[in-house]
Amino acid sequence: MSELAESKPAAGSKIAAPPRGLPGWLEIPLGGILVEPGNAVEYRTGSWRTRRPIHDPGKCTSCMICWLYCPDDAIVVREQKVVGVDKDHCKGCGICARECPVKGAMTMAEGGAY
Amino acid sequence: MAVQAVTQQKLALTGNEAVAMAMKQINPDVVAAYPITPQTDIVQYFSTFVADGKVKTEFVTVESEHSAMSACVGSCAAGARTMTATSSQGLALMWEMLYIAAGFRLPIVMPVVNRALSAPINIHCDHSDSMGARDSGWIQLYSENAQEAYDNTIQAVRIAEHADVRLPVMVCQDGFVISHSLMNLEVLPDEAVASFVGEFAPRYPLLDAEHPVTYGALALQDSYFEARRQIADAMSRAPAVILEVGKEYGRLSGREYGFFEAHRLEDAEVAVVAIGSAAGSAKAVADSLRGQGIKAGVLKVRVFRPWPWREIGDALGSARVVGVMDRADGLSNLGGPLFGDIRSALYDRTRRPLVVDYIYGLGGRDVSLEDIEGVFRDLLRIKDEGRVTEPVTYLGVRE
Ligand code: SF4
Ligand code: SF4
Repeated sequence: MSELAESKPAAGSKIAAPPRGLPGWLEIPLGGILVEPGNAVEYRTGSWRTRRPIHDPGKCTSCMICWLYCPDDAIVVREQKVVGVDKDHCKGCGICARECPVKGAMTMAEGGAY
Repeated sequence: MAVQAVTQQKLALTGNEAVAMAMKQINPDVVAAYPITPQTDIVQYFSTFVADGKVKTEFVTVESEHSAMSACVGSCAAGARTMTATSSQGLALMWEMLYIAAGFRLPIVMPVVNRALSAPINIHCDHSDSMGARDSGWIQLYSENAQEAYDNTIQAVRIAEHADVRLPVMVCQDGFVISHSLMNLEVLPDEAVASFVGEFAPRYPLLDAEHPVTYGALALQDSYFEARRQIADAMSRAPAVILEVGKEYGRLSGREYGFFEAHRLEDAEVAVVAIGSAAGSAKAVADSLRGQGIKAGVLKVRVFRPWPWREIGDALGSARVVGVMDRADGLSNLGGPLFGDIRSALYDRTRRPLVVDYIYGLGGRDVSLEDIEGVFRDLLRIKDEGRVTEPVTYLGVRE
């Protein structure tokens, strides 16, 4: 009954190629909801980093101040000792170096790459 | 399950009372609303049902309309059937959260009493408030009278919550003209409404501790587009659901609903398109013009989002001239929102009518039968001239 010519606004576009390797709109959960708990760890906040903290284990007293303040849970602790920085998640904000009470135990260096 | 027609009660109610009655019968889990102006009587009547123990609803009064919609988003995401109501500036203040409700795919139902937006300050009817929200991802149903406002509110629950849709719905009615006018209408028994709307089956409820989910995560260049494309898909599935629900409601109540009402359009040469109460006046004018041998017809839009463009094109396609009546001005220099969508619906047709726009009734300016007859006469003039010289006319404004 329609006297329309070709006109389909809902059809998928084959004209431009979308970025590959991620789920399509038919596959993702409703409303952009994340259905897997705790997957923030997969998001590499370290990729933003333009400065990097340098930890000196020789000076560090493992007072845990940096561990307490780090907004990205990027201070690595083993057997109650601060042993370094998680490079995948450290975003280089510098809070650890600023709060560290021991001179030279945590300092910031220019450049994000280790 | 076969739906049986039920005996209904005849009551004299205002549009606001009719919608509050529908909300009482729907008996939602949560209603979050701002309790003072620009709120409507709907929420006031509903709060008395809560106080009298007539509903089991958790009624949350909040400090603004922005908070009202925020609370609705939280409650619906938690897994509760959620409603609110608003009007005018209140809807404007909800703006940010409207997009989030649709983006999270939350089936919130919200009656909207259509009133003008400031400035200047005005409290009377026009469609500027909800028309501005037309791209927010909410389904929009419009009502011609209190009966339709009641019927649309009940159907909206089923449309919003349908697995193919999962989008919020606004049920719009004209401020004062409908909201404050008494009308005799038929009301379904409580049990019939309860079984029609059924139990709410939430998707990804936050309160399901066994299956924790995150709402509102960041989606950047690599996935935002996909989430938005999904909403467009839901909107494209909504028409079939709207028709299915409208038919089932018809079997229950004797009042079936479609996308629009086509009044004497089959052989109409001049047709008026209108939304809300003015459509009733336009139908009366068309009938009297028919008596004078003029082939006049009316299309009354019920569903504005999703836009049933194909069916509207088919219904209007054989008219010679179509006059769109917009109770909102797009301030675009090319008329109102309905005008743009009607012209667009007709554009791809091999034979298409001339289409013009009449902006009318802003801020509650009355539109009389004579005004609408004037529109039909103008359409006849355009038909004789065979071309459009002025696409947009401001109807009944002082020069
Ligand atoms: S704040 Fe400084 S001293 Fe304390 S644990 Fe961190 S790096 Fe070591
Ligand atoms: S620079 Fe910031 S993110 Fe990186 S370890 Fe220090 S406090 Fe944490």
